[in-house]
Amino acid sequence: MTGPVRARGPRARTPWPLLVPALAGLAFLVLPLAGLLARAPWATLPERLAEPRVLEALRLSLVTATIATAVCLLLGVPLAWLLARTTLPGRRLLRALVTVPLVLPPVVGGVALLLVLGRRGLAGQWLYDAFGVSLPFTTTGVVVAEAFVAMPFLVIAVEGALRAADQRYEEAAATLGASRWTVFRRVTLPMVAPGVLAGAVLCWARALGEFGATITFAGNFPGRTQTMPLAVYLALETDPDAAIVLSLVLLAVSVIVLAGLRDRWVGAA
Amino acid sequence: MSMEAHLVVERPAFRLDVELRAAAGEVVALLGPNGAGKTTALRGLAGLTALSGGRVELDGAEVHHLPPERRRIGVVFQDYLLFPHLSALDNVAFGPRCQGLGKAAARRVAAELLDRVGLAGHADVRPGRLSGGQAQRVALARALAVRPRLLLLDEPLAALDAHTRLVIRAELRRHLADFDGATILVTHDALDAMVLAHRLVVIENGAVVQTGTPSEIARHPRTDYVARLVGLNLYRGEADGNHVVVGDVRFSSAERLTGPAFVAFPPSAVALYRTRPDGSPRNLWQAVIDGIERHGDNVRVHLHGPIPLLADVTPAAAADLDLTPGRQVWAAVKATETHAYPA
Repeated sequence: MTGPVRARGPRARTPWPLLVPALAGLAFLVLPLAGLLARAPWATLPERLAEPRVLEALRLSLVTATIATAVCLLLGVPLAWLLARTTLPGRRLLRALVTVPLVLPPVVGGVALLLVLGRRGLAGQWLYDAFGVSLPFTTTGVVVAEAFVAMPFLVIAVEGALRAADQRYEEAAATLGASRWTVFRRVTLPMVAPGVLAGAVLCWARALGEFGATITFAGNFPGRTQTMPLAVYLALETDPDAAIVLSLVLLAVSVIVLAGLRDRWVGAA
Repeated sequence: MSMEAHLVVERPAFRLDVELRAAAGEVVALLGPNGAGKTTALRGLAGLTALSGGRVELDGAEVHHLPPERRRIGVVFQDYLLFPHLSALDNVAFGPRCQGLGKAAARRVAAELLDRVGLAGHADVRPGRLSGGQAQRVALARALAVRPRLLLLDEPLAALDAHTRLVIRAELRRHLADFDGATILVTHDALDAMVLAHRLVVIENGAVVQTGTPSEIARHPRTDYVARLVGLNLYRGEADGNHVVVGDVRFSSAERLTGPAFVAFPPSAVALYRTRPDGSPRNLWQAVIDGIERHGDNVRVHLHGPIPLLADVTPAAAADLDLTPGRQVWAAVKATETHAYPA
């Protein structure tokens, strides 16, 4: 009788050299979160959550991360298309440059942004002289910092989806009379939609957790540039319990949003 | 709407150089083995593969410098390539929409075409839920929806199972008869080509090796590939009067010829004997059995000797003859079924 043995086969036969590190890895990722839950000041949690400082930081975080994601979509999807579908000279260098913010320490990214977009920066000085616009230490600056750090996640995900997509569908659309823009809008984009959504989710999550570039470029002004990660860091110095509460809120929001999106779109892809 | 084209596509280790013509309402089959360049030729016509040289003319106007979206050439791709995110109706409406029709008008056109291919009830179905035959019909409707000047079909029946193929082949024949533009059909299946096309163009290794009506090609193949395709034995030899000499074998035939000539006859025209037959031994030689296989209701015997040969014998005859590989037999071909024609 091989039936019953077979039924539990794959699970029973997970090799040890895979299982042990896998479980260790899982513990490594989950234990810190458990620690957060264990040390949370549950008794005073409701009143702490109602503090305007917490709500303000949460609102700012959600708004800036969402706007930053929108900006990344608007600029990143076309950029990904350019990298995936054209034969630009120096495309390999371009692709490397696009991924630089991934490996760059975010603080360095913030410094770089200041040098370019700061009031005395290359582009910033012109922006200020011509339009009276100054980005550093503003909410817009937060969005800029978050978008800078998060965009590579979107570009890489969308570029991957574009490369994996079957280009013959685009040829079929062309024979039906579709211009290249129509092909992109009505065939390419719908076909890579799962990849775009996955990229957008990653991008949003990265923007939500952004710290280094934001504090360097936008500063730490409550209500204006103080996002949740910044508030956590600040609270850690003065009121560790508050830091834990803020972290829990950030954690809860991320998990709810990511789990919701994953099941709806990413998982279905 | 007539089409005239000279297609040249150069690749490393491959060169396609073919001339194609199709009159309005004519169906031309591009027939050839895998890798012959059939699909490349089709892509060249559609503008999906750049030509290294030559030209494509529709009704006398050059279109080879136009991008595919401006040629108005309908293509039915081998695996249909229906857009997976659009319903059957919207797949068909895609072309009319691109031609500037409003959403409602485009859908009306699409609904009418779906009705014509017998899929009015499947308008809202996504391609993933269509059967192979249904997807083929939607693909045809989608290609026809742009009112193409030229219709290109790339192995339109290859992805279908045997029964569906039969049904769709008959349907396709009807739809092509209704289509007033020129049609080019790419296939490696002789039957599809014979049933659907008015004229065949056979290409091998990127060049045209034979053209003609299905009946011409079926009777007078000029290459081994075509002969295999139409199921004939084919030899090239030297004719003098009523004889064609192929190697050591002398064929007599009804036609009078001189110079280089082909001899063709069906495997069923061959009779096999264990001993030298009596009577008038024309077209007779000794051959050695290589192997046997089932072929329809008969047994197909592969032989070698002075010339390679296929022979079809009845199972009863096969049993009497004791056809084992390596056995020597006498092969005779009826002169009345032997065709000779100039090479």
